[in-house]
Amino acid sequence: MSTGALHLPDQATARIPKVNYLNKELGIKSWLLTGDHKRIAMLYLVSITFFFFIGGAFASLIRLELLTPQPDLMASDTYNKMFTMHGVIMIFLFLVPSVPATIGNFLIPIMVGAKDLAFPKVNLLSWYLYVFAGIFILASMILGGVDTGWTFTTPLSTHYLNTHVITTGLGIFIAGFSSIFTGLNFIVTIHRMRAPGMTWFRLPLFCWSNYAASILMVLGTPVLAITLVLVILERTIGIGVFDPAKGGDPLLFQHLFWFYSHPAVYIMILPGMGVISEVISTFSRKRVFGYTAVAFSSVAIAVFGFFVWAHHMFIMGISNYSALVFSLLTMLVAVPSAIKIFNWAFTLYKGSITFETPMLYAFGFMGLFTIGGLTGVFLGSMGMDIHLTETYFIVAHFHFVMVGGMLMAFLSGIHFWWPKMTGRMYPEGISKLAALTTFIGFILTFFPQFVVGYNGMPRRYHAYPPEFQVLNVLSTAGASVLGVGYLLPMLYLAWSLKYGKIAGPNPWEATGLEWQIQSPPLTENFVVTPIVDHEAYDYEYMEAHKEQLVG
Amino acid sequence: MDSHAAVAHSEAPGHEHPAFLRHHFETVAQQRESASFGMWLFLLTEIMFFGGLFMAYLIFRNWFNPAFVAGSHQLSVPLGTLNTAILITSGFFMALAVHAAEVGRRSALVWYLILTSIFGIAFLGVKYIEYSEKWHDSHVPGIKFSIADFVHPQPDKAGKMRDKPLPVDMAEKTEIYFFLYFAMTGMHAVHMIIGLGLLAWLILRAHRGEFTSGAPNYVAPIENFGLYWHFVDIVWIFLFPLLYLINLHPIS
Repeated sequence: MSTGALHLPDQATARIPKVNYLNKELGIKSWLLTGDHKRIAMLYLVSITFFFFIGGAFASLIRLELLTPQPDLMASDTYNKMFTMHGVIMIFLFLVPSVPATIGNFLIPIMVGAKDLAFPKVNLLSWYLYVFAGIFILASMILGGVDTGWTFTTPLSTHYLNTHVITTGLGIFIAGFSSIFTGLNFIVTIHRMRAPGMTWFRLPLFCWSNYAASILMVLGTPVLAITLVLVILERTIGIGVFDPAKGGDPLLFQHLFWFYSHPAVYIMILPGMGVISEVISTFSRKRVFGYTAVAFSSVAIAVFGFFVWAHHMFIMGISNYSALVFSLLTMLVAVPSAIKIFNWAFTLYKGSITFETPMLYAFGFMGLFTIGGLTGVFLGSMGMDIHLTETYFIVAHFHFVMVGGMLMAFLSGIHFWWPKMTGRMYPEGISKLAALTTFIGFILTFFPQFVVGYNGMPRRYHAYPPEFQVLNVLSTAGASVLGVGYLLPMLYLAWSLKYGKIAGPNPWEATGLEWQIQSPPLTENFVVTPIVDHEAYDYEYMEAHKEQLVG
Repeated sequence: MDSHAAVAHSEAPGHEHPAFLRHHFETVAQQRESASFGMWLFLLTEIMFFGGLFMAYLIFRNWFNPAFVAGSHQLSVPLGTLNTAILITSGFFMALAVHAAEVGRRSALVWYLILTSIFGIAFLGVKYIEYSEKWHDSHVPGIKFSIADFVHPQPDKAGKMRDKPLPVDMAEKTEIYFFLYFAMTGMHAVHMIIGLGLLAWLILRAHRGEFTSGAPNYVAPIENFGLYWHFVDIVWIFLFPLLYLINLHPIS
């Protein structure tokens, strides 16, 4: 029998396997020169967590400043640096690599039944580039920061500011190549490394959504790279391409920048959607409803995602006719997103639902992403956008999608695959509390921002009219709850490394290939290349043949 | 590539396999296909990278057409044509090198790669001559730029006028043209330089016989570098007409 076959080992007698990817080689060198996708995933996990907490520190300073209407903690210049560094770090060093580079890196080769990603050295290179980019961005922060906003809008960034635009720009440029290499590796691996019997429509939906995100990384990121090169050249030698005084065009910058940065939003959210498909299916003991539709909706989001960028520019002087087209195309993205939400809901319908921590986070994702997505439709319609753009409504909208959506999905995935990654369970009780804390803290932080935004409080100011204070105090209070919600997993997951219950190969009784191998896996993942003879999420078969599968 | 042999290999674990087959691939064919697919994807990212510049070119050429025409006339068509020929010849030798690797001829492979590099270096040499002319004529945007040649055009060596004088505000737009000229050809030259570095490394490895060690030959690195080198050629094939050949008709 091949190792791809479903089986349900006895949880009670589970032991940490003597040889696994964590202890096969020891010492710092074996980690820094590793080609093993699982070790690189762990390296990524540590580094993105580090940057997440730095980005989070900036966020808490922002919320603290906004506690009162008048500026009291910092000057306006400093405040500009705070939200810029928060945005730059969270987007380029946390959200973009979050799920793909950690969970994706760990799981995609295993899910397709391969021993590693197609290009292990390129994978390691991508981590080094990430670290290098992080050093550049940290350095520019320490040297005095940058205050353009994460959007680097010209001519502000090229002519009017005397902060560290160049070093930050270079950092993002390098981080971009790290992301390109991850995407390239995923696409080739999913195309060329699938085990016998692993057809495209037997792939877990996590692979489909990472595949779609990879297309965006590969096609979008180079455009950001060239745009940043142009900004740097404009700043250093004054080439004039974005300078109206020389005949250049600042709108060209906007087009080029958003051509990447809008699809980048889908780079951030798509892998998270993959996590949710896996988690919902496992804890409803049901195949994902409408598998094919969910798979293709990922690809559809990726494709539509490339044709909506100008909705960031409705008030920036683009023609009304093109704005109309972009407005309609933007609403089109809601269709595949809704297909996903509805299909997850139908997966839950008549499923045997259990409420483990990953499932709680997944419910959080579904609710918050729906709100974030629907307010996206408001913003996509031109008239509404002109009222709401550059207000806190925007801030609330993208935090609902990015933090409410992606971060929930990331935490869901980390909890779900933690037993596979480390061989040990996280503590269930406190982690449920953390999931709940995160959800409550999140709603409290960002829901008031919709209201203040709708009432006209602009984003990116450190002072505001006193009538908005109550809602801002609520938001700041929520942020402290949210902070606790993020610190808790950090602590108990670290604790579980040593004291967690031993997980065994398949603690969730799930069907994916990753659950049919030992936890933590061997360096080469599979002893024998698996032969796949089941559809994805074949819980019907598993439930019907439970007795034969045990052992 | 003998795919039957490769299948037999995967079924018999103890079987000898070529040293270059990485542990995570089942067969040589799978490894070669993955590498080549990866290279094509990388070239796709390169197309998007240059795409940003082509987009800028499209917009500004439409807005400031007279400036682009006058700027283009400052480039040397004979040197550009020479460089096109040089680059295509270099690509030709690269194609021969891939063939030599496939049939396992070591010394032919080494010589073809050397010829590829020589023509690559020649291209950069000509580019250097062109760039220094631009420096001499003060046509380097942002650093050393003057619009004198466009406001008061001088007759060429044959005593003919090629351009009418441009109004000052249009003449100033030639700076955008020259920026795009330097950005696009400069980015192209950076790719050439990286390519030449890789070529030096491949020549060394080819000399050691790494690619021609017998059945099957390890063609993938040569083949994939070939793809990259041809891509760099193709970029130039677009750059040459777009930058050098704008409206060559004499003024009436």
